[in-house]
Amino acid sequence: MEYRGPRRVRAVQKPMPEIKHPQDAIVRVLRTCICGSDLHLYNGNVPDTRVGSTFGHEFVGEIVEVGKEVTKVKVGDRVIVPFNIACGECHFCRQGMFGNCHESNTEATAVGAIFGYSHTAGGFDGGQAEYARVPYANVGPTIIPPDMDLDDAVLLTDVTPTGYQAAEMAGIQTGDTVVVFGAGPIGIMAARCAWLFGAGRVIIIDKEDYRLEFARGYSYCEAYNYREMDDPVVFIKKITDWMGADVCIDAVGAEAQGNALQTITGRKLLLQAGSATALHWAINSVKKGGVVSIVGVYGPTDNLVPIGNVLNKGLTVRANQASVKRLLPRLIDHVQNGILNPKGLITHRIPLEEVADGYRMFSAKLDECIKTVLIPPTANR
Amino acid sequence: MNKENKTIDPKTIKGWGIDADPKNDPTYPMRERMNVSQDPDSKHRPASLQPVDVEVLKSIERPNVSAVFGTPEPPSGLSGAIRRLAFHYSENRYRHWLPLIVADRVNMVEGLIDDLAHGKVPNLWAEKGYDMDWKYKRGSLILKLAAVTAMSAGLAVWLSSGGDKAGNGRRPKAGRRSKGYIDYNDYSS
Repeated sequence: MEYRGPRRVRAVQKPMPEIKHPQDAIVRVLRTCICGSDLHLYNGNVPDTRVGSTFGHEFVGEIVEVGKEVTKVKVGDRVIVPFNIACGECHFCRQGMFGNCHESNTEATAVGAIFGYSHTAGGFDGGQAEYARVPYANVGPTIIPPDMDLDDAVLLTDVTPTGYQAAEMAGIQTGDTVVVFGAGPIGIMAARCAWLFGAGRVIIIDKEDYRLEFARGYSYCEAYNYREMDDPVVFIKKITDWMGADVCIDAVGAEAQGNALQTITGRKLLLQAGSATALHWAINSVKKGGVVSIVGVYGPTDNLVPIGNVLNKGLTVRANQASVKRLLPRLIDHVQNGILNPKGLITHRIPLEEVADGYRMFSAKLDECIKTVLIPPTANR
Repeated sequence: MNKENKTIDPKTIKGWGIDADPKNDPTYPMRERMNVSQDPDSKHRPASLQPVDVEVLKSIERPNVSAVFGTPEPPSGLSGAIRRLAFHYSENRYRHWLPLIVADRVNMVEGLIDDLAHGKVPNLWAEKGYDMDWKYKRGSLILKLAAVTAMSAGLAVWLSSGGDKAGNGRRPKAGRRSKGYIDYNDYSS
């Protein structure tokens, strides 16, 4: 996969990735996904997204080569590759903040390194390819249990941990009412995981009826279309006995719709780091003293949000890129015990060679697309 | 649609409450739990550093190149020059981020030129995945294409009819009746 400019990608032959560091591994990609946050890159909204880059931060594969310091995995191992690149040794990694590693991104301190996510996130090529370079192979890559389906495994690289961490960061207490903005794969997974933390009521808000219907079945939650409401904030207040939700989760980020001012200034004119409509609604819908958990991705500049309401309502705001490495053991257990069913999110499987069609389908939400998996031609060797 | 929501007893959902933790206080406060808040080795780095054998732009908010870094697509051309300029400023400044966005757009044009220079005409239809629109959303694709065609045609007509009015030294003289177009064979004046 190669990026050529906003909303232009194509499949090309590129040179094989090489070992650049003694802890590197080269992975033959077996499954890779298009993530909602890839759309920020695809739309040209992430600064320093260079033509020729390969996207893809959700992938699993087989190790085909290792650097001389790699001891934890070996050639032939099939591994889950967390979307964030983490050294495991720096001040932040040692706190379990594997999404905030300080030794993998030279070009920005505002974000750790992410595979295939622009030079702002480290400049690494991603996994929407036949082969990928994986730094710090002693830290990130986690061996896929023999009985685990590759489709489940690939959704443990980002979607499942990010959805889970959204619920975890929300500090959900037993019986809490949780509102999730965005019924994309992350939002649907966040809604599902909210129950694991003891939520008493889970509500999801989106504008696509097919996604709401899916969420209702997959996440056992209430689902509402904001296009049928005069004002989603008033709606949520009304259905929460005029108090507001205990917890609101922003699982949308920069591509949010629903507010013309935000859309024009955030998505069209790039005067903001994306459209902050979902975050705006989250802050205003949560009850006083509540928690807003943000996993929707925004750019590095500024956004229009009612920060005064955060102060005046005494809110707690938590946000982070998921610490995939930290969460994987627990989540693998949940998948193996049948508590979580990540592959149930997959609606489309597309050959990697048709990556442009995959992006278009996912970005335009065609054919009731929720999650697209790309399969490289070399995956079945 | 909204009528289809049903009340559910949470306890019937598989895994309900399995990760409930009244002391749930993840992420940042974790440093307290792990006793690294007073980290005596906070500057610790991996022992091996990736050799810097390509140009890497470094944020001025850090003192060094990280132990590993991405090597694809090093800065080059006009876009590279703009990117180098941007990295004179911190991530705290618009003059860091806005030039990077400008550089991305310049880079897109450079990519087109590079394609053409290598004898490759980009297949924009395929790169934009319009086959999917044709398959699943044909009506709106046709509408979009018709709108673009109409606007292009309108612009062409406007330019061809308005070019003489714009001047360029070819404005018909006062008192002469305009033909509505420029007659390059008319030397009568």
